Amino acid sequence: MKKRSERKKLCIRICLTVIAVVTALIFIMPIVLTISNSFMSAAEITSNYGSIFQKTDTGGKQYISQTVNLKFIPDMVTFSQYATVLFKSPDYLLKFWNSVILVVPIVVFQLVVAVLAAYGFTRTRGKLSAIVFFAYVILMMMPYQVTLVPNYLVLNWMKLLDTNWSIWLPGIFSPFSVYLITKYMRRIPVPLIEAAKIDGANEFQVFTKICIPICKGVITTCAILVFMDYWNMVEQPLLFFNDTDKYPLSIFLSKINAQEVGLAFAVATFYMIPSLLIFLYGEDQLVEGIAYQGGVKG
Amino acid sequence: MRRSKKKDFSKVIKKQNKSWFHRLVSGAFLAPSVLGVLLFFVLPFLVVIYFSFVNNPVAKKFVGLTNYINVIQNGAFRTAVGNTLFFSVVAVPLAVILGMALAFLLDAGIPLKSELRSCFLTPLMVPTASIVLIWQVLFDYNGVVNVAVQKFGGGQVDWLKSSAGLLVIILLFLWKNLGYNMILFLSAMGNIPKDIIEVAELDGANRWQIFLHVKLRYLSPTIMFVTILSMINSFKVFREIYLLTGEYPYGALYMLQHYMNNTFASADYQKLSTAAIYMSFVMIVIMGILFWVEHHFGKDLEEE
Repeated sequence: MKKRSERKKLCIRICLTVIAVVTALIFIMPIVLTISNSFMSAAEITSNYGSIFQKTDTGGKQYISQTVNLKFIPDMVTFSQYATVLFKSPDYLLKFWNSVILVVPIVVFQLVVAVLAAYGFTRTRGKLSAIVFFAYVILMMMPYQVTLVPNYLVLNWMKLLDTNWSIWLPGIFSPFSVYLITKYMRRIPVPLIEAAKIDGANEFQVFTKICIPICKGVITTCAILVFMDYWNMVEQPLLFFNDTDKYPLSIFLSKINAQEVGLAFAVATFYMIPSLLIFLYGEDQLVEGIAYQGGVKG
Repeated sequence: MRRSKKKDFSKVIKKQNKSWFHRLVSGAFLAPSVLGVLLFFVLPFLVVIYFSFVNNPVAKKFVGLTNYINVIQNGAFRTAVGNTLFFSVVAVPLAVILGMALAFLLDAGIPLKSELRSCFLTPLMVPTASIVLIWQVLFDYNGVVNVAVQKFGGGQVDWLKSSAGLLVIILLFLWKNLGYNMILFLSAMGNIPKDIIEVAELDGANRWQIFLHVKLRYLSPTIMFVTILSMINSFKVFREIYLLTGEYPYGALYMLQHYMNNTFASADYQKLSTAAIYMSFVMIVIMGILFWVEHHFGKDLEEE
């Protein structure tokens, strides 16, 4: 009897494992495909996906080939696409650089502003600070569709539209990191801070020597999440930039035309690299930070 | 003696904390953020409210609710709201339920747990723009999915240019967000007290009862949090739609952000402001309901 139920348990366990593994493979399949296809030659890509991308709109649809060929492994691994992206068509590198120049200052300064503000919220627990914090929470929950309108009005008034400042400034003051870091910092026991003060530390020393080191983890998590959010950005440049030369690669990538489809996979992979590296390096931190976020109520 | 001294000190500190000097210092830490938020979000939002009540930004004639009536009668706005709501209503519960299912799956004592977790989380860390190509290859009219459909005797479906597009976008949304939700649920599940489950088992509760009456109860704050988070994310799905189908998508994929973009393009400030206020109003109502429900559930849990 006991043996039977154990066998049943084992069976269920195997089934669950299979389900989990298959689902996981489905999850990473698109990423693996993009990366592996970036090593194909232009000719191979056009012959594989010709029926999708090579639409010549001269009197009806004409495709290079009729079939779609989804391949995981290239016939011949080549770096020629990357060579083209890196050395022959400066456009992509330029757009990549646009992305970097837009995102990095936002991540750095949003965190600086947020850590300072979090400390302010930690040290004031009065009614006023509670109201202000609640306003931050509401603001954080507002979708882009709402916040972009006031952003636009101010930027227009300041004559900053079409400059990088139009992306930087609203990004730097976005309340997301303030919320998360405050939630964490407020859990530092007050006696610890008081003890430091008794020992003669001033406010700034408490901030740099106690609060920042304790919050290192959550700051890292914030940095990753903010980076990802802005590395993905589409809405802001679309609205605030007239000059398409300023577009980050995230928008430009979707505008790659049919002639350059061979390159597209290489550019896409290239754009993935920074975020994948960050993931590789900071996964545990990220998981811990996300988990913490759920541990405290909304 | 020593104890009272300590108490004195903390009294001094507490007094110090109430002093104007302390407030000034804390205020200085808050200042950059508060000023930035005021300048870029709060004050202009007041202007947005103002614009929604005037006929145009130049003449500034008060017109009451005319803008509100005009916008709500606008066909494009209605389509956009309808599509966005429909998407959220379908995608958010799926994101919550499937996220929880994944968490339970990984928590069922299977091997390779951390590797699997990484797989589910990777989509979060891949830029949408990078992955769009593969979605095109899969869901194009001549794409891989249609080839498969035909093999099984079905007809070709124009995934991205028909109502089926919503299905594709929901899939993309889930693909991207399930990992995040799963992590949130996994951590909450780790916090369920083991002894309560043991007691329930001793009392003869079966698995289903334990799930329903113990686990689900303890997960309810997380469920609420994931719901709010997924809802915020569901409004960001414009990115996927834009990158996949361009500026003029099929009607069923026309979202609020498309409407906003078009209104931006025509620089119609009153319309834009009014639409933004409608949206923030709806968001506040939804949040209010969710917070109320959470509060209600939370109390329920404490009383038992």
